[in-house]
Amino acid sequence: MRVVELNDVSFAYEGGPPVLSGVDMSIDRGEFVAIAGPNGGGKTTLVRLIVGLERPGAGEVLLGGSPDQPRRLPIGYLPQRADARLDAPITVTELVLAGRVPVRGVLAPLRAADRRAAAEAIERVGLTELRDRPITRLSGGQRQRAFIAKALAGEPELLVLDEPTAGVDADAQEALAALLDGLRRDLGVTVLYVSHEFGAIEPYVERLLLIRGGIVFDGKPSELPSSWHDPSHVHG
Amino acid sequence: MCMADVLGLPLASILDAEFMRLAFASGAVVGVLAPAIGFFLVQRQMSLIGDGIGHIAFAGVALGYLIGVSPVLTALIASVAGAVGIEQLRSRRRAVGDQALALFFYTGIAAGVVLISAANALNATLFTFLFGSILTVTRGDVILVGALGIAGLALIAVLYQGLVAVAVDEESARVSGIPVSRLNVTLAGLAGVAVALSMRIVGILLIAALMVLPVMTASRIARSLASALVSSMAIGLVSVLAGLVISYYFDLAPGGAIVLFAAILFCLASLVEMLGLRRDGG
Repeated sequence: MRVVELNDVSFAYEGGPPVLSGVDMSIDRGEFVAIAGPNGGGKTTLVRLIVGLERPGAGEVLLGGSPDQPRRLPIGYLPQRADARLDAPITVTELVLAGRVPVRGVLAPLRAADRRAAAEAIERVGLTELRDRPITRLSGGQRQRAFIAKALAGEPELLVLDEPTAGVDADAQEALAALLDGLRRDLGVTVLYVSHEFGAIEPYVERLLLIRGGIVFDGKPSELPSSWHDPSHVHG
Repeated sequence: MCMADVLGLPLASILDAEFMRLAFASGAVVGVLAPAIGFFLVQRQMSLIGDGIGHIAFAGVALGYLIGVSPVLTALIASVAGAVGIEQLRSRRRAVGDQALALFFYTGIAAGVVLISAANALNATLFTFLFGSILTVTRGDVILVGALGIAGLALIAVLYQGLVAVAVDEESARVSGIPVSRLNVTLAGLAGVAVALSMRIVGILLIAALMVLPVMTASRIARSLASALVSSMAIGLVSVLAGLVISYYFDLAPGGAIVLFAAILFCLASLVEMLGLRRDGG
């Protein structure tokens, strides 16, 4: 099943030069796709187009085969520097329960099934013992996993992570890589991972897209020309 | 021995006077409602929106005087419309940062001054709306405050999880299919209702403080979001009731007494936080 499809998509911010031009791509269910490229190359813009936060200037974005997104395809989205900038302390469980709202609807009461789903999502990311702790008291890696649990509680078919390893140590990156691979294998979740550097995630990536105003490479990481191995130095 | 005895104040029971019973009834509702709505505004760094709505409410009060309609009713309509207008400008990025707030803030106060002048109503009654009064709450006010206040609290309870999801991250909520715009407009409308209902007791110029200070206080001592919300409402209630008692015995404007009491509670909570006595989490 095709989860994401972009047909001849172009985009420019208001009054600015084109950020992306003529992008054609598709992602199938269960794929683990990495998007890389230099800063300013259009990675984040591409992701924002895919999740529906921006509308293409030309072309079309289809999610689950429909342009009427994001309603048709459940998406879990972790933006850059995902954090709850709240004044009050929010616990891991409260954060993850908020992730159930897309499944049960805003007007429906919280049910036992929602609490079970939240507990399962917390267990999957290994934070059960910290479930009642405010997220401000978690490490960077633990906090990141809490946000992934929130996304999982929404039962997503597509999980999109934008620069998730920023400010996270090597051990946490290893844990994140294993977690994402497990989600893909066990739950069939399609993973779209955006970064300018991959580190621990690289062995799990099936497909790499290099972006520089458009797609300049689409293939297995092993097929990447040796001169392009540092994606931040890609020259279109 | 009660505190009033200790201070040598009149011993007459505070509840013997009907105006105090009405003030307590109305104050209890707004003391809980204002922080409950302010809670979500503070989490989203929109603490000053209550101030902007308050100034629009002032224009509503002035309009009421001019056309001879209940100022509470016209303030209610103006507050809700203004709050929704601020939210619309903010969400559509028609005005950058806090410019939407500034636009409504100054337009509201200017319209109020013009309308008050036209109505020739620059008198002591107007000041009761600006700074609150325990003498002016009517039975009709209590019924209106009770009905709309309970409805507002019920709506907050129903929408709680959705409002939390939007407060945590508006973009993620939007991507996941949560109706973010409708929730934001609803919250803005509720803020307008809270301002209009609270102005009799706290006053237009100080209502925003009742929406914000109890929340800031609770956030310093709570261990979870839910406990912070409940604590905010409890602190708001205590602040209003204590402020009304102080206002009664010392013949002070209740708005000032309520907000100063809430500010003292905030200082105490900050002290507790500094001493490391809070939020030990799990």
